[in-house]
Amino acid sequence: MLELLELILTTSLWAAVVRIATPLIFATLGELICERAGVLNLGIEGIMTIGAMAGWLWVYQGGDLWGGVVFAAIVGMLFGFLHSILVVYLGLSQHVSGIGITMLASSISYYAYTMIIPFSTTPPKIVAFSAFEVPLLSSIPIIGGAFFNQTALTYLAYILVIVTFYVLYKMPLGLTIRMAGENPVANEAQGINVLLIRTGAVMVGSALMAIGGAFLTMSAFDAFYFGMINGRGWICVALVIFASWKPGKAFLGAILFALFEALQVRAQLIGADVIPYQIFSMMPYFLSIVAMMLVARRAAYPKALLVPFRQGDRI
Amino acid sequence: MRLKTRRNTPVWLIAVLPILSILVAFIFGAFFIIWAGESPITAYIALINGALGSSFAITESLTRAIPLIFTGLAAAVAFRAKFWNIGAEGQLYCGAMAATLVGTGMIDLPSIIMIPVLFIAGALAGCLILLLPVFLKTHMKVDEVVTTLLLNFIILLFVNMLLEGPWKDPMAMGWPQAARIIDNGVLPTIVAKSRLHFGIIIALVMSIIMWAILRFTVWGYEIRAVGYNQQASTFYGISINKSVLMVALFSGGLAGMAGVSEVTGLKGYLTLTLSPGFGYTGIAVAMLAQLHPIGVIVSAIFLASIYVGADAMSRTVDIPNYIADILVAISLLSVLVGSMLARFRIVWGK
Repeated sequence: MLELLELILTTSLWAAVVRIATPLIFATLGELICERAGVLNLGIEGIMTIGAMAGWLWVYQGGDLWGGVVFAAIVGMLFGFLHSILVVYLGLSQHVSGIGITMLASSISYYAYTMIIPFSTTPPKIVAFSAFEVPLLSSIPIIGGAFFNQTALTYLAYILVIVTFYVLYKMPLGLTIRMAGENPVANEAQGINVLLIRTGAVMVGSALMAIGGAFLTMSAFDAFYFGMINGRGWICVALVIFASWKPGKAFLGAILFALFEALQVRAQLIGADVIPYQIFSMMPYFLSIVAMMLVARRAAYPKALLVPFRQGDRI
Repeated sequence: MRLKTRRNTPVWLIAVLPILSILVAFIFGAFFIIWAGESPITAYIALINGALGSSFAITESLTRAIPLIFTGLAAAVAFRAKFWNIGAEGQLYCGAMAATLVGTGMIDLPSIIMIPVLFIAGALAGCLILLLPVFLKTHMKVDEVVTTLLLNFIILLFVNMLLEGPWKDPMAMGWPQAARIIDNGVLPTIVAKSRLHFGIIIALVMSIIMWAILRFTVWGYEIRAVGYNQQASTFYGISINKSVLMVALFSGGLAGMAGVSEVTGLKGYLTLTLSPGFGYTGIAVAMLAQLHPIGVIVSAIFLASIYVGADAMSRTVDIPNYIADILVAISLLSVLVGSMLARFRIVWGK
């Protein structure tokens, strides 16, 4: 027990926690924005994959790092736009469209990757973002070195949590987005184009998912692998429910989740002789299911989530 | 331009839509082939040749269609009731594990009993694993999409653990694979010098059974009713929870049978490469079939041909075989768009 306490108090553990949490923060915020506007985006897993691919590709072809992030975001947006056409404008099944987007985006990623690197045993590495120490803040004991000695993308994730919160709760635009997910008819009565608001939310959300994926290739593994997203997208869908659609809670949820993940990886090293490593690797997925069980009963889903809206509809 | 709801959809339209969708997929796919620096016409000729060019190619396509028929049925029956079981991939592996558990020496019966026993075991395993998401949905209101998806990863890790641990076949020269299914449990091939096995017959029979259940029984009626309108179904005294449970049992069972058929008919043993995403492709199969059990047969054969053809094509023309996944994904999305045309009529002008 004392050992666990000591472990929890190390900077290296918390640094790992923040690294694991960053892509989840991006993608969870992205899904949260989509769902707040009333659209479930199950394209998340594929959009993260193609974001990872696009960011990697940009840098691999000689582009600069921020260009890669922007490129990933644009590609993500395009898939978000495709999802919007299908589910917002045509009102088709959000489940089926999302799964279709995931299949399409991941297969395009793998197609492009195999085309560019046909026969390679070790994936080529790129020069990725390097860590950057924030003066003053990084000297806070234990967590300072963990939260404020990260790459630029992690800081971008912190900023986005605050921006998302501010926009959703403190700005008229946020109210409009939330209303599109709760009561689109009321939105329309105010002369607001619900379809446009939903499309915008899905596109911005998808861009964030893609940046979350790009973090993995541009800040964590420095290379692209097959199956590298590995269910992270689905975990984020669970995290959104766990966070009851609130940006701050999404951030905390991602950190909490990443803490378990980091502890799990360390336990794998210690317990490898007694317990097969696969048992530990299952934990993140189990945990996501448990997290949903804890909140599901009182989960306040956006009321118009999954409900297509047609202009001129009356309730 | 606006949309008008159709009173009833003409039959020809339902038949034409999937064909149109696949055409759309091939048109968009051409851009990806040009991107790879090849001619779409050469590539598609190579693809069609690889899928249907010889009797061996045809048997290969049919062999690949077998698991897709099972997973396509699994998705079709679930989606009919709007129960979003995206976990067919995991349920397939559960079926394969059950077949391995029972079929590698636990019991040895004559083929005629052994094979049905293995299929029942696999179907039960597929059902059992799906009971967890069903219970969570009906009793705790946990969304089934995420739970079934996450279970796929858990199950695959579990299979990995068995294959690297207790189930690892010492005769397999270090490959992570389980012991072979005993001879009496192996499905016979039905065409000489090919891999096409008896699983295709079982798959066809299951399609007909599912069609009959959905069409003629009270269960089938309830499943369809719940899919159309949950409130009205409740009003007429149909228990939603019971219907969801029924659907899940069928869906999980069918996905489990896909695993049994692959283990006993094709590979002969359980490996981690047993399914290259048959569970997910099953969703495309079901959608192209407009969720109709008989249509599933046709669309499974069609999509299987694309996969087999793309494999052959990637050997002759320099195009990654992921083109097949792209084509399948685009057909899924375009048939979804097409389903609009089945429900609505486009009226030009005001």
